[in-house]
Amino acid sequence: MSTNSRWRALTHHHLFWPVAVLVFLLLVNVPFTPDFFSVKMTGGHLYGSLVSIVLFGSPLILVAVGMTVVIATGGIDLSVGAVVAITGALACSYISHQADQNALSGVLLAMGLGLLAAVVCGLWNGFLVARMGIQPIIATLIIMVAGRGVAQLITNGQIITINSDPYKLIGGGYWLTLPFSIFVVAVVVAVTVALTRRTALGLLIEAVGGNAEASRLVGIRSRRIKIMVYVFCALCAAVAGLMISSNTSAADGNNAGLWIELDAILAVVIGGTSLLGGRFSIGGTVVGALVIQTLTTTIYTIGVPTQTNLVFKAAVVIVVCLLQSPKFRAKVFGAKFGARFGAKGGAKPAVAETDTAASTDAAPKMEVS
Amino acid sequence: MSATTQSPTAVGSRTPSKAQRLLGDRRLPVAATALLFLVMYGVGLGRYQYYGFDEPQVFLNLFIDNSYLLVAAVGVTFVILSGGIDLSVGSVIGFTTMLTAWLVEREGLPLLVVIPIVLAVGAFGGFLMGYVIHNFEIQPFIVTLAGLFLFRGLCLVISKESISISDSAVSSMAEAQVSLGMGFLSVGAVVSLVVLAVAFYVLHYTRFGRRVYAIGGNEQSALLMGLPQGGTKIAVYTVSGFCSALAGLLFTLYIQSGDPLHATGMELDAIAAVVIGGTLLTGGSGYVVGTLFGVLVLGLIKSIIQFEGTLSSWWTKIATGVLLCAFILVQRVMTARKKT
Repeated sequence: MSTNSRWRALTHHHLFWPVAVLVFLLLVNVPFTPDFFSVKMTGGHLYGSLVSIVLFGSPLILVAVGMTVVIATGGIDLSVGAVVAITGALACSYISHQADQNALSGVLLAMGLGLLAAVVCGLWNGFLVARMGIQPIIATLIIMVAGRGVAQLITNGQIITINSDPYKLIGGGYWLTLPFSIFVVAVVVAVTVALTRRTALGLLIEAVGGNAEASRLVGIRSRRIKIMVYVFCALCAAVAGLMISSNTSAADGNNAGLWIELDAILAVVIGGTSLLGGRFSIGGTVVGALVIQTLTTTIYTIGVPTQTNLVFKAAVVIVVCLLQSPKFRAKVFGAKFGARFGAKGGAKPAVAETDTAASTDAAPKMEVS
Repeated sequence: MSATTQSPTAVGSRTPSKAQRLLGDRRLPVAATALLFLVMYGVGLGRYQYYGFDEPQVFLNLFIDNSYLLVAAVGVTFVILSGGIDLSVGSVIGFTTMLTAWLVEREGLPLLVVIPIVLAVGAFGGFLMGYVIHNFEIQPFIVTLAGLFLFRGLCLVISKESISISDSAVSSMAEAQVSLGMGFLSVGAVVSLVVLAVAFYVLHYTRFGRRVYAIGGNEQSALLMGLPQGGTKIAVYTVSGFCSALAGLLFTLYIQSGDPLHATGMELDAIAAVVIGGTLLTGGSGYVVGTLFGVLVLGLIKSIIQFEGTLSSWWTKIATGVLLCAFILVQRVMTARKKT
């Protein structure tokens, strides 16, 4: 009885499905690479598949966390990819003009410049959305289109390569045996969670997302909150941009952060945040971003040709969205869901049944398409 | 809302001033875009008249070089008028170039067999997306995003490398010219103008077109009026898929190769053209003729940058963004005025 109720509490937890997908994906790797979970210590650094998943996934996690907060207010930010490109381009072009590329002050100034540009972009997005009342998709489309042009303008259409050790640390360096970017991500996520869940800020954001007009009448400065989330999202994208450019020691105005906005939105959706706004889950988003990165890694390790990566991703988006759609669940699992809520004693087998139904439903689809 | 219906009778009851009526007119954005196009063209004439900008062929080249964008933008116009959005356009175009190149070159099928297959695939893709959007009530944004991933992925599944087309039927079709006396148009440009005319007829003179406007204007009211909302929505995405596939074919003719990275981000160009053409992104208001001017303005930016010579290609993106921004703000001001 108690295990039954505990199991139900577990499956009804909002993180259950994202984590289940993540664990499933991780386990898929084991038959192909038996030492998938082993983490080795080489030359003072930790190496292993798990470490690299987090390392390569960290820009995506950052962008997705920013995106979550924006989506929670009922908006969306398409400009993050362009902001990633602009930040990387600004920072790298500033460093490349320095006489001593290793000077700490120059690197810090370059990063400050990049972050400042991001704040400007965020303020602009927020201004259009909150003050002018333009649909978020469209308002952020402007910077998405123009921003990449600006990034290419900064780099002069070329790929700027730099050679700076302090700058290399953010995206490719190690600290305390772990990649430094993991710490950056951990700090950003921790601060975000603390700000949104330990203060009233999270509640205010959800209130604005639930009904902006009602929240304004209640006395929440909904416009200010909206502007704030867009600035925050742009800042997260900027840090990700610094990370990406530092990892490759180069700024590519054309390709840096290309399609990262789509991946980030995908991560948010997988994490269980509704695109309609009004509620959000930072934890879910982090798991969602890890799912996407694990999916990419899995495709590499099990030897599927890498070009099918996008097809897999599309299949995952479709399956996850279908599973989240109440109408789809009612149509496909209608009878089973009814049984699950009707017969309380037999809850566990019913849940297990839907579980397998969902996974078998997902598996062939991923192979067919 | 009332600008078109009340004009004959309402004059006596409450006479709005001329300026107000002008600002409330739905055709104003289209006129503004057309004016912008003329001004830009005039500036181009003034600046580059000694470099051959005044030749009629330069003007006709706008249609030739942007035929695929025009067809894609017409499809997107349908979707945006119905209040949705389609992000899969660029990927479907890329996929079509790839599929055509593969079927013609590797499988050796004649072009006349390939064209219907490719168009059917595009339309079916659009139909599937529309079906999911309507029946499972998932946001069009996410569904077409999945479509974007899917079709781009399928491109790469066909081949990672670009396939160049050396088929004689394709190249003869690509090089065919329709003479107009003062210049010529390519087959693609003619096809795109035909598509535009058909879209104009369908949107303004058929029942289906009215349904599209009605659903875009207010889905709830359209439903209460008993309009077949589901069928229309699915049809709109099918039209968009079909147009994207056709645009892909024109693009294939234009470039004569298939590449998995063809037309990346073209959905943004298409959406930008529609917005610059004065169609409201909330749906229900706009003209497909505006889309033509939107495409022409974008094309003109490109050719002015070519004529300028010293400006780099990224200025196209920046100029597009600035124009997009200006038109969205103008739209905003106009709709705000209408409400009061």
